[in-house]
Amino acid sequence: MDELLKILATNALETHANIARMLNVPAAEVDARIAAYEKQGVIRGYQAVLNEDQLDLDKVTAVIEVKVTPQREGGFNTIADRISRYPEVSSAYLMSGGYDLLLFIEGKNLRQVAAFVSEKLAPLDGVISTSTHFMLKTYKRLGVQMHQESSDERLSVAP
Amino acid sequence: MNASVSLHNRINTVVRDIPRSGIRDFFDIVTTMKDVISLGIGEPDFDTPWHVREATVFALERGATHYSSNLGYIELRRALSKYVAKHFGAEYNPDNEVLVTVGVSEALDIALRALINPGEEVLYHEPCYVSYRATILFAGGKPLAVETKAENGFRLTRQMLEAKWTPNTKLLMLNFPNNPTGAIMDRRDLEDIAAFAREKDLIVITDEIYAELTYDNPHTSIVSLPGMKERTVFLHGFSKAWAMTGYRLGYACGPAELIEAMMKVHQYTMLCASSLAQKAAIEALTRPEIDVGEMVAEYRRRRNYIATAFADMGLECHRPLGAFYAFPSIAKFGLKSKDFALKLLHDEKVAAVPGTAFGECGEGFLRCAYATSFDNIKEAMARLKRFTGKL
Repeated sequence: MDELLKILATNALETHANIARMLNVPAAEVDARIAAYEKQGVIRGYQAVLNEDQLDLDKVTAVIEVKVTPQREGGFNTIADRISRYPEVSSAYLMSGGYDLLLFIEGKNLRQVAAFVSEKLAPLDGVISTSTHFMLKTYKRLGVQMHQESSDERLSVAP
Repeated sequence: MNASVSLHNRINTVVRDIPRSGIRDFFDIVTTMKDVISLGIGEPDFDTPWHVREATVFALERGATHYSSNLGYIELRRALSKYVAKHFGAEYNPDNEVLVTVGVSEALDIALRALINPGEEVLYHEPCYVSYRATILFAGGKPLAVETKAENGFRLTRQMLEAKWTPNTKLLMLNFPNNPTGAIMDRRDLEDIAAFAREKDLIVITDEIYAELTYDNPHTSIVSLPGMKERTVFLHGFSKAWAMTGYRLGYACGPAELIEAMMKVHQYTMLCASSLAQKAAIEALTRPEIDVGEMVAEYRRRRNYIATAFADMGLECHRPLGAFYAFPSIAKFGLKSKDFALKLLHDEKVAAVPGTAFGECGEGFLRCAYATSFDNIKEAMARLKRFTGKL
């Protein structure tokens, strides 16, 4: 992966001037490359990594395994696209193994998620079965430890 | 009655006359202060790779808590032999040409003790790692420091060595990539040095602990050059590339006769390196270098940043090509290295080690380690800029 993208994936707020220094290229080149990635859709947005457990939100997250029937011509894409358009779906992946789609669903409470599954998702044409799991606690997200402060055990000066 | 005076007189004169490491003094001052950003740490800020730590726990559970053979576990020596052949271009027999030690520090010590007769001379280059001069003296040798220069990228040349060599010179010590300068030697530079070593029949001890950390050019080892393997003790370890400093694990590769001699000193003073650390090292070597590659890329970005930041604030610095140190010149500010470092610490709470900790010729320089987070580096550079602007 382009080093520029690695830097942004670690810290999207890094200034272009600093990125230019790190990569040893002119700042204008960094501007241009980022603009190109945005235009191509490689960069789809910039988000903060939140530790939601700390926020006391009225929110539950469910992970749903969905078995579907692939459709003629569209294969899995047609049904996956239909499902991922629901705003409740925060992420959707096509999987190998025992089921086909893996969905991350967000709702206010258990009942709301249950309603989404039973009223919207399960009745969809092509959906064979669903299996819903609720998340209890986040230990690590997007490579970031959520409940562990990073610590530096090193001496402050060493040879 | 005056016990301290009489004890002082009883201490071995060589030990008594060697000053404590300048780093140590500086460390004592830094630890009294709060909220210091340290560019003074000569060890990686990366965690030891998790698979290595996990393997250590597993080894502990499995009971790897006993002595290993003096040379080290044969499984580790085989892995080391393969690693050195692949990356450094020299083949060593794991049965009798590889010795596992307690860090490169021990390896260096026992190599010198195994080789030096009282009064024999050892050529080494300064600025250098803090222990070199002391270790030579402890072993009864006579240190011959060769000064490397900023204008030359702190590289060592044959002319520099010739100027110091005498018929009583037996050994040449090398350390590239270099702590504290970040200098490296490319193949052509090393060929000149190798020719000199062969001509003068010198034994070479090469400390290549930073070998994996080069940023623009690949590392070349002097052992890979013709006629050098048979006169060279190659030293390496796990502290830097695998961030395993606290494991204290290093190794020496060399001709069987030299390794046998070093093994004798090791056997009677250390017995063997930590068994747990050796098990961890086996894991580090047999699960290849994915972690190392990522680490190098991160250091390179920091190096680039810091080099540009120095240039922006008008601080002269040769481009650091390896290790994780920059060694800018602060001579133009008219302060001694130590005073500059102390004032910087006091005024801006940034710790960087005065160049003189690495030899007298480090006067006028400051060692800035970039083995710290990018946020710290940014903040330290901003403070340093403010500081130098006021001088």
